[in-house]
Amino acid sequence: MLFGSEVNTVMSQPGNSEILRAVNLKKYFRIGKDKKGPIFVRAVDGVNFSIKYGETLGLVGESGSGKSTIAYDVVGMYRPTSGQLLFKDQNIAIQAVKRPLSQKKEIQIVFQDPSSSLNPAQTIEQILSLPLKLHTRIPKRQFRERMVELLERVELPAEYLYKVPSSIGGGEKQMVAIARALASNPSLIVLDEPTSALDVSIQAKVINKLVDLQKELNLTYLFITHDLSLMRNVASRIAIMYLGKICEVADTASFFEKPLHPYTQMLISAVPVISEEEEKLKPKKIVSIGEIGSPVNPPPGCSFHPRCPCKMPICSEVDPEMIEVSPEHTVRCHLFSRPEGTGSKGVQIEEKQPCV
Amino acid sequence: MEVKEKVLLDIKNLHTWYRVYGGNLKVLNGINLMVREGESISLVGEAGCGKTTTMKSILRILPPGDFLIPKGEISYKGKDILKMNPSEIQRLRSQEIAMIFQDPTAALNPVFTLGDQIGDVIKYSIASDGRKGRKEEIRALSVKAFKEVSLPDPERMLENYPFQLSGGMRQRACIALAISSSRNLLLADEPGTSLDVTIQDQILRLLKDIVEKKGTSIILITHALGVAREMTERIYVMYAGTIVETALTKDLFKNPTHPYTKGLLASVPRLSGGGIAKGIPGRIPDYLNPPQGCRFQPRCEHATPSCAESSPQLCEVEKDHFVACYLAQR
Repeated sequence: MLFGSEVNTVMSQPGNSEILRAVNLKKYFRIGKDKKGPIFVRAVDGVNFSIKYGETLGLVGESGSGKSTIAYDVVGMYRPTSGQLLFKDQNIAIQAVKRPLSQKKEIQIVFQDPSSSLNPAQTIEQILSLPLKLHTRIPKRQFRERMVELLERVELPAEYLYKVPSSIGGGEKQMVAIARALASNPSLIVLDEPTSALDVSIQAKVINKLVDLQKELNLTYLFITHDLSLMRNVASRIAIMYLGKICEVADTASFFEKPLHPYTQMLISAVPVISEEEEKLKPKKIVSIGEIGSPVNPPPGCSFHPRCPCKMPICSEVDPEMIEVSPEHTVRCHLFSRPEGTGSKGVQIEEKQPCV
Repeated sequence: MEVKEKVLLDIKNLHTWYRVYGGNLKVLNGINLMVREGESISLVGEAGCGKTTTMKSILRILPPGDFLIPKGEISYKGKDILKMNPSEIQRLRSQEIAMIFQDPTAALNPVFTLGDQIGDVIKYSIASDGRKGRKEEIRALSVKAFKEVSLPDPERMLENYPFQLSGGMRQRACIALAISSSRNLLLADEPGTSLDVTIQDQILRLLKDIVEKKGTSIILITHALGVAREMTERIYVMYAGTIVETALTKDLFKNPTHPYTKGLLASVPRLSGGGIAKGIPGRIPDYLNPPQGCRFQPRCEHATPSCAESSPQLCEVEKDHFVACYLAQR
């Protein structure tokens, strides 16, 4: 099916199984002006996605693609320039200070670098007590009990309450950051590259803990990362971002079975792997070339076309629409749009690859 | 593939310690590492295991006064680097060994143009031959080096400052600096880690091409086993200042033997799915008071009392496959 407008897709589906939905979300940053008017960085430029209850949506992209901006929009650190963010059917496209407390406690975030997201001058007890004070009705004398319980959840001993962040390891710091996010009993946690600052043996531990917690507490994750092989093991669905736009969304299985967008193929083929079995999954024909464009002056038409090995004349002129190739698998690429609107299924990317 | 026999660099029982308040950080605890001519090897390990310290010991660019090397030998073409005089070291750095650093932004001087920086490297390299390079010659060699790393418009690039380049282009410029004069050994310290995955892919491919074309030996430092697998012929796995396992790349992935290597391999998320193993409990030891015996023993699930008594030496378990673990030697 070819949708004239993405908003139509939104309207045609009931939103009750979704915890969060972004509708044409935009976030521009003004960085100056010239004769023609103000200059903007189009960090997020018309993004649509949805997250169902209890799932993990992996938002993957290179640096500068706007994935962290989406995270900050969701938690309310930024106010989106336009578009809607529907959290449990309520619009939360406003800054966090203007959101009611009941909404704020539902959405929490874990940042990339735990050394800078935990206050070095506070003990872990102080760090954990703030969300309890703000978001819960627990009486003060029960704080300790609750904090010990939170630390237990992330497998840290109770005596850690009296330590400062600098005296514990990187993985443990991230566990404290996760405990802090859990303190207010949220339903959605935004994970902004939570393990990219950690070693792989520590990453494995943190990721397993996150997966367990999700099951125990029925959490929904928006998982932001640049690591596709990590997402293969964690995400239920994956969305790929490029220059402020989402270019492919699919459930994890079909995403890796049949990556459609040339950029997705480029990303997968660039992942360093450790076995022959994985080597076979990599698209062979596409090698990575070029660099991500500028979000101030994105290329006309499809923003990926300067790097695309399957470029066609139309790509530099018309920005492609999001096309549903199969249920749960949408892609933003002219290779899959057919004027009839019927022939889009089963288009093999190989047959249109004379340029590689 | 031709037989690569001649040993270029041979590190024996290297100990490097840092002086800090309260004692010495005993970081390197007997490193044995060898590179043959034209060979590419990688040194794999997690943050803080002493990979970069090893590289800096080779070039002797550790902070002066803050370190000591109580034991060990680094012989390059049969000569001990640790016993070289300053002019020999200068020659080594300008003609024999070059290093590529992890963060190209920090490696380039922000107030000089790229032309100035690469020009200096070439000038000193020519000067250590006892000649004085002419301006045109230096410029021609600079442009040639930039062309080799596929920097667009190399002539104009010489006038640019580092901030005018993207991260990937900066790393290309750093590689150009390293290969501008002919070198025999490249030390690449996580050359793609600070870059995006597609850019890392491009940089690694470029590095591999150059190494193959010029027959340069390379020591690639990385924490990513996948990068080591795709880039190099032989792998050294390092943990807390010791080499725990070394083997040809294909053997290491087929038959990892040391518990640390196994744990590390299991922790890597696979593109083919299947979940992630539990990881390795604990963290790297305090180098001020490192554990007795095997340094991995406090985190090892197979540890026995004998592991804490003496440290195991590297033993050959199969051809070209060495492991430092009592478990494998029994």
